[in-house]
Amino acid sequence: MTALTQQIALARESGTAPRIAPSRMGDRLFQGAAYGSALLVLLVLAGILGSIVYGAWPAFAEFGFGFLTSSAWNIGTEQFGALPAIIGTVAAALLALLIGVPISLGIAVYLTQLCPGWARKPVAMTIELLASVPSIIYGMWGLFVFAPLFARFVQVPVSNVVEGLPIVGTILYARIPSGVGVLTAGIILAIMIVPFVASITRDMLDQIPTVLRESAYGIGCTTWEVVRHVLVPQASVSIIGAIMLGLGRALGETMAVTFVIGNANRLSASIFDPGSTIASRIANEFNEADGLQLSSLMALGCLLFIITFIVLIVARLLVRRVKVA
Amino acid sequence: MSASPAIRSQIDGRNPADLSAPVRIAVKDLNFYYGSFHGLKNINLDFRDRQVTALIGPSGCGKSTLLRTFNRIYSLYPEQRAEGQILLDGQNVLDSKVDLNELRSRIGMVFQKPTPFPMSIYDNVAFGLRLYERLPKAELDVRVEESLRKAALWDEVKDKLKQSGMGLSGGQQQRLCIARTVAQRPEVILFDEPTSALDPISTGRIEELIEQLRSEFTIVIVTHNMQQAARISQFTAFMYLGELIEFDATTKIFMNPAKRQTQDYITGRFG
Repeated sequence: MTALTQQIALARESGTAPRIAPSRMGDRLFQGAAYGSALLVLLVLAGILGSIVYGAWPAFAEFGFGFLTSSAWNIGTEQFGALPAIIGTVAAALLALLIGVPISLGIAVYLTQLCPGWARKPVAMTIELLASVPSIIYGMWGLFVFAPLFARFVQVPVSNVVEGLPIVGTILYARIPSGVGVLTAGIILAIMIVPFVASITRDMLDQIPTVLRESAYGIGCTTWEVVRHVLVPQASVSIIGAIMLGLGRALGETMAVTFVIGNANRLSASIFDPGSTIASRIANEFNEADGLQLSSLMALGCLLFIITFIVLIVARLLVRRVKVA
Repeated sequence: MSASPAIRSQIDGRNPADLSAPVRIAVKDLNFYYGSFHGLKNINLDFRDRQVTALIGPSGCGKSTLLRTFNRIYSLYPEQRAEGQILLDGQNVLDSKVDLNELRSRIGMVFQKPTPFPMSIYDNVAFGLRLYERLPKAELDVRVEESLRKAALWDEVKDKLKQSGMGLSGGQQQRLCIARTVAQRPEVILFDEPTSALDPISTGRIEELIEQLRSEFTIVIVTHNMQQAARISQFTAFMYLGELIEFDATTKIFMNPAKRQTQDYITGRFG
């Protein structure tokens, strides 16, 4: 110890090599570049938001708050309202979560806890492959393959059973069993978000230390009790994050939904009936829209922005609440 | 030659090994395999009632492996298997007919790192109880308090039972895990290097606790720390390369070991 300090002292005294101050230039350039990159993102976001709000302004000015509550969409009389599209967006996305999240959790738990070693890789790969299928493929498959089958084997029989019953008779009744509709869109969206939610959840469950899992088994828990009371709560923050990521994707998904939702501007209590989402409405009409119709579409875009923003905030709040608890 | 003065000074004359205590766990011709690797070779060993038995030996000698066969926690991993007999009160726990969940409520285990569950302090203790017993709320409260007292944690947490167990310090978390194990009223408690992640003060408290728990439970502890083994155990088993080299009263092992390898290990010549 003392020998070392002596050596250092000696080296200092001899001090033959003059020290060179590090160059400030490179550091400044690097700082500037990093700063610029961060600023660029903000600028682009502000630019997009600004131009959409600017484009949407005539519609907001014309219809005011009524734009949110009106279900009109009449190009001839230039009367536009967003309600059916908002409800369609939220309904399709929630249905997607309702169907997709339990399946995703099941997949993640299977892969991390139950799956024999040799099957892990192939199953995980298949799920990741699902994530890379372009959405237009899902749309096409949904419209030409899934929808006819869904109409024949689900919509018709279910409608026959529930007809005339209170509540379910409304929610699950197809006036025209065409296969397309809000529920079909929800199912297709569920298929699309499952790979994301499942693979994030799997990664999070994998990161839980083995001793925690072993100690849960060690007090005599069954696999179900370990998963339900220890593993899932332990990963809950990340799982909520994964679900919100899935929700964000479901809200904004355009192509596949446009194919299978039926694109009707109608408020219907039945999830078998066609509807439309904000994204599908915009995709359908943008080409030939102008004037007030165009700015109404821009206004729809604004609303989608706001909805996804709200989802983000809710996600943050949920995550914080779970962390505190 | 016996162990270094540092270790000898730890041996506690107040608690001599009780050779008349009944055998709680009898290990007979136990062999253990990780896939094709032969991890434990023909182990024969008895663990006596209400005695602390320490398993010592260098890393990889099989002491944790042996511990993990008692509650069959190894069976979570399909490539691991055990052959032979482990008799808990005469019943072979390696028998495939044994109910694993029930077995694990009879043989509690505390791990290297504290493992509080993601729930409140109260629920951490009550969780294990609720798995096996349906108790009215009032009785549950009593059992939770009793367990936390036995784990010497009650005074520190009695005002924050509803708070998350994750918020406690490392040593408190480990005592919480002990309370959780004690709550199930097991017959045997297995400790797998319970203090390896803790500071010296917390380690001291856990050791005191193990000393107290001995009056009610049969205890097996795996430890890397020979002084710890000398301090808290009545019996010590020295293992090396998957074999049981020597097993005797702790005093005997540290003062007057019979085998050359044991002597080399306790005098610090290898391991």
